[in-house]
Amino acid sequence: MNLASTSIATLRRMLLAGETTPREIVESVGTAISAQNETIGGYLSSDFERALVDAEAADIARPLGGIPIALKDNINVEDHPCSCASRFLEGGYLSPYDATVSARLKEAGAVLYGRTNLDEFAMGSSTENSALQQTRNPHDHDRIPGGSSGGSAAVVASDMAVAALGSDTGGSIRQPASHCGVVGLKPSYGRVSRYGLVAFASSLDQIGPLTKTVEDSALLLQAIAGGDKRDSTCLDVEVPDYTAGLQQGVSGMKLGVPREYFADEGLDPAVRVRIQEALGKLEAEGAELIEISLPSTSFAVATYYILAPAEASSNLSRYDGVRYGNRVDNGEGVIAMYRGSRARGFGPEVKRRIILGTYVLSSGYSGKYYLRAQKARTLIQQEYQQAFQRVDALVGPVSPTPARRIGEFADTPLQDYLADIYTISANLAGICGLSVPCGTVEREGRELPVGLQILGPHLAEGVILRVGRAWEMIRDAE
Amino acid sequence: MSERQSAVPEIDVGYVAGLARLDLTEEETAQFQKQLGDILAFVDTLSSLEVEGVEPTAHPAPILDCFREDETDKSLTREQFLRNAPDTAMDQVRVPKVVDS
Repeated sequence: MNLASTSIATLRRMLLAGETTPREIVESVGTAISAQNETIGGYLSSDFERALVDAEAADIARPLGGIPIALKDNINVEDHPCSCASRFLEGGYLSPYDATVSARLKEAGAVLYGRTNLDEFAMGSSTENSALQQTRNPHDHDRIPGGSSGGSAAVVASDMAVAALGSDTGGSIRQPASHCGVVGLKPSYGRVSRYGLVAFASSLDQIGPLTKTVEDSALLLQAIAGGDKRDSTCLDVEVPDYTAGLQQGVSGMKLGVPREYFADEGLDPAVRVRIQEALGKLEAEGAELIEISLPSTSFAVATYYILAPAEASSNLSRYDGVRYGNRVDNGEGVIAMYRGSRARGFGPEVKRRIILGTYVLSSGYSGKYYLRAQKARTLIQQEYQQAFQRVDALVGPVSPTPARRIGEFADTPLQDYLADIYTISANLAGICGLSVPCGTVEREGRELPVGLQILGPHLAEGVILRVGRAWEMIRDAE
Repeated sequence: MSERQSAVPEIDVGYVAGLARLDLTEEETAQFQKQLGDILAFVDTLSSLEVEGVEPTAHPAPILDCFREDETDKSLTREQFLRNAPDTAMDQVRVPKVVDS
């Protein structure tokens, strides 16, 4: 039995009943990695011996005791590598400290096992921007896993991991979860500490779980959520019990259907059918579907691709070859060293975004671009607030299409940006979002997963998890 | 259509890369010039959005200022800090020449 194909909840019951051990689970994950990672490429590194030592020491009485969790390679764990899939940090960088989420997972008894691939510094939605490795979609190896948390989604989907953490700046948990057929949760801004997450766009980044079930998503969120004095944007408010209301169903709930998401001509007809079938079934279970208008949807992608690169250009100025990372010194002084180290260390997408961000913040342009985008952000946030006065949650697609082929948009990055249309505004507004598997569509003889997105108000993770669980129960009953 | 909407945004990629302390090859400069021109033309659609009187949002958490007691806390040891440095000397980070002699 491949224990890595099992949910956290089931493994926990087995551990407490004495039916398995933390060591057996880690061995099972290790066997799956040995058999599959060469093909799928979801992990950048994994230290089996260290995981075995940690498993032997794991206290199964704790909430996640003995459960191995894979982490995206931009989340620091003391003495583990953290490459961000970049040449800049490749080969030798070892984290000097634990991210808060890493410390909390350790405290909960989890075994931190494996570092997953990503688009370099989390910039992208295909994992093709990894400077180190291509990750393949487990459902069709010629296709992308999505991104930027493509490694985390692929290892959970291919049963090389029980569960994983990723980070979501514009859809980077939900979209790969959708493309790989797993559950992905982007918590609300301020719900989970980002201390120790390598910063991309600080007003948008959130850490969240990629799991096989909605219940597992709730269990992982429970372990990592809550205030942190080391991240001043992390809210010091009570964390509810996320598994308590999970099974309550959708009867009597009001679910908003954003008109603009379905009017979008980019929405693949087969994906549309899957989503509409799901909405019909939720309605049959007693949910009330209410059409909602979010008129600023069409501006969200433009707003994001001003704000996120602007913040990235600032955050990535720390990569100068002085304190860490790979230095290129041609002997012409410190400025030439900065320029050379950054030229060699960063890949094309990171360079594009640094240049774009520097430009929109530069003198004479910041009012036209940056300030205007910040105002657009306010409008987007207000539209969601108004929508959530009428409905409990919003439901729609995660991505307009199933996973595309590797290399399809190699020279046209704008094409990839436009595919972020349904996920990006949740980050701009700071609300929470969940992707749950919602059937498949056929492409060239392969069945490719589709994700149903559930968006909820700020700090209403319990609501979207409940809707997600209700959908799982409908799906599993068929 | 206003003048701003019709104007194709201009970006001098080589100049901006210099501001960002980034050396580019000629091929990269030419490729980024085209790609970033397309991206800027797209984000310029925001010019048509009415934002008169709207307050800007910097980040979405309902939080403004955070204070703590001014007390020292645990931090990295010198060894932990220097372990990842590309070049060190005398327990410090060493960098190339900063000031011309």
